[in-house]
Amino acid sequence: MGSFQIDFGESRKSKIVGIDLGTTNSLVAYMDLTGPRIIEDSAGRKIVPSIVSLVPDGRLVAGETARDLLLTAPERTVYSVKRLMGRGADDVQDELKLFPFRIAENSESVIKLKLGDKTFTPPEISAAVLKQLKDNAEAALGAPVTEAVITVPAYFNDAQRQATKDAGRLAGLDVLRLVNEPTAASLAYGLDKRADGVIAVYDFGGGTFDISILRLHDGIFEVLATNGDTHLGGDDIDNLLLRIALEDVQSEWGDDLSGDAEGVQRLRRAVIRAKEELSFAPQAAIHFTYKGKTYERALDRELFERLIAPVVERTLEPCRASLADAKLTPEEIDEVVMVGGSTRIPLVRAAVERLFRTKPHTELNPDEVVALGAAVQAGILAGDVEDKLLLDVTPLSLGIETMGGVVSRLIHRNSTIPASATETFTTAVDGQRNVLIHVLQGERELVKDCRSLARFDLKDIQPLPAGLARIEVRFLIDANGILNVTARDARTGREQTVEVKPSYGLTEEQVAAMIEESFEKAEEDLRERQVREARVEADNILAATARARKSEAFAALSSEDRAAIDNAKADLEAVYNGSDHHLINAKIEALNRATQQLAENMMNTAVSAALRGSKID
Amino acid sequence: MPIIAKNFYDFFGLERKLGIDTADLQKRFYELSRRWHPDRFTRKSAAEQADALDATAVLNDGYRTLRDPVKRAEYLLTEEGFPIGEQRSKDVPPELLEEVFELNMMLEELRGGDESARPQLESAKQTFIDLRSGVDRDLERLFTTYDAAEPASETARQALHEIRGALNRRRYIENLIRDVDRALNPAIATEEPVENLL
Repeated sequence: MGSFQIDFGESRKSKIVGIDLGTTNSLVAYMDLTGPRIIEDSAGRKIVPSIVSLVPDGRLVAGETARDLLLTAPERTVYSVKRLMGRGADDVQDELKLFPFRIAENSESVIKLKLGDKTFTPPEISAAVLKQLKDNAEAALGAPVTEAVITVPAYFNDAQRQATKDAGRLAGLDVLRLVNEPTAASLAYGLDKRADGVIAVYDFGGGTFDISILRLHDGIFEVLATNGDTHLGGDDIDNLLLRIALEDVQSEWGDDLSGDAEGVQRLRRAVIRAKEELSFAPQAAIHFTYKGKTYERALDRELFERLIAPVVERTLEPCRASLADAKLTPEEIDEVVMVGGSTRIPLVRAAVERLFRTKPHTELNPDEVVALGAAVQAGILAGDVEDKLLLDVTPLSLGIETMGGVVSRLIHRNSTIPASATETFTTAVDGQRNVLIHVLQGERELVKDCRSLARFDLKDIQPLPAGLARIEVRFLIDANGILNVTARDARTGREQTVEVKPSYGLTEEQVAAMIEESFEKAEEDLRERQVREARVEADNILAATARARKSEAFAALSSEDRAAIDNAKADLEAVYNGSDHHLINAKIEALNRATQQLAENMMNTAVSAALRGSKID
Repeated sequence: MPIIAKNFYDFFGLERKLGIDTADLQKRFYELSRRWHPDRFTRKSAAEQADALDATAVLNDGYRTLRDPVKRAEYLLTEEGFPIGEQRSKDVPPELLEEVFELNMMLEELRGGDESARPQLESAKQTFIDLRSGVDRDLERLFTTYDAAEPASETARQALHEIRGALNRRRYIENLIRDVDRALNPAIATEEPVENLL
């Protein structure tokens, strides 16, 4: 790993890593001198499964370890949690039918998941995955990693983006940029080698689908339109197969496995294996052995394709919509890039080729391309990559609630971000001190059909007769696709306080509290380590003292000196099992001082013995 | 923030004309993006980052406005003291009265389940698309008149006045086309309502 050692000088901070936080799998990458590179864990694995488990000592573990626990401790383990990011308990009922999520009773605007006897929010679970990636990166790079670019589905709304950013913070990462997965992929593909062109990125992952259309011009990647479905992915195909397999098992074995978490997990793995095989072979079989019974079923590609055709069809509608938004015909797309594991499926490739009338690019590993692109974006932010620039868009229109439950649109979908809009608000009642603004995201006209983002409370308005106050509110979608709201009194120019109440998500205070708690935990971990280290040192000095007490030099000491040594030794032994490393270290220091003369005497004896040419022990 | 011109024309370094070379505008947009995009300011101070965010928001909002002739004209009208807001009445422009009356009858029929109204609506839609093209030609001519006139002259003001009328007519036609589209394809998500362009 020689290239890691290159000294970039004082001006360069630590590496910014690029992270693909996927529904099924996650990866971390960084930019080295030759280009983006995926970081492997100590076992040489690139992929970290996005699975998290609560282990008996109260910690969350992620990745391969958690994947094994999915089988042995399914009630303490969770996967595909990305599907719950930024969502409320009331809008995940559909997911609950298909995923073994255990939602805690007290979930409201933020879902809480039960793992064993504890509850965690989706950002906390995702933070465990991010932490694992951070650890892997730090081990590989040999330096602390504190800054990251994290990818999100292009069609993620504000709450889902905010939840991802929160997860980063909880993992101890400063999230410098959220970048859309398909756009990141386009960066990795190096398609800017062609001077100009229009490309489509078809990103069909484990749990989400995105389509983005970009214009490339001299290193600028300008997104023209994006569309997608944040709840459509390979998971849905797995669930189709799983449902059939469960029915088969029931009719063959007479057992309903659906309530048996471990059985369902093992069967899920079996159908996924068959699905993956079918991408390379015309025939595959589901092999499933559980509790001494065996289920086998042959599956050919034709049947598989008939089964999944509706799922594949669901991806084509967003493709057509994004073409219409970009005001382009399929013929005007120069190249199509395939991203995400589900694009390995031949039927998916065929459908995309038919729609865009061009053979899609599949040269890069579809599992890795998003993380590689995130690393390129990290390089752009670090100033290492100067020729490329990404101009992304907001996937959904942003509006505010007006009279009669109607949404008034302020920023339209597919607007290049950062984007802003300013609206002036006034009061309806004499002396009114507050104005509440309800912000929504979506393409429909009625509030009830759009996604509530947050309520912004303009506070401490100067009391005036109704209609006289003029509060100018600026809605700004930043480069992460996240909404920022600021307000000022247009009459006085004074900044106006805005209190944010997210509809689905953690408040700033909740995130801060969680971070504090994680710091406390980290401190606890640190203290434990310091105690262990102090004990190791105590072991060494106690062992040395025990040896020295048998020496002639010890016998030659005054009885006072000998007593001082024995007292210091007893003192150290007395605090050895305590949890205060300061105390242990102090007693080590005291024993050191007490034995200083003895050590010198022993050294002198050794030296004179050496001078005499004899050997001492 | 003195470094950021809030006026879109000034920000792009363009004269306040209604005719714009969109290829040149795009070139300027890319150049300014390279200069101001927040990605270029990650390692800079918080104040510089805030300026970059502001500048890019103005840049993007400006590009979106100026590249579209209708939005551009609406923007310039507002800047020149010809706000179009209050003129957004639902009143039918007199010259369209007959067409609109017929159209409403056809829409009623289709909504009432009379599929024979469908081909008629298709042809009505074409009529309105043609009308819109006519308005667009008028606008193009008025843009030229305005750009050639002395700024703030009577000719310029007259042109702006006529442009405002043409824009209102255009918006009205646009809404009719949208209504027809909705009646013909209730399932397809429609274009954003034209009412909210500004």
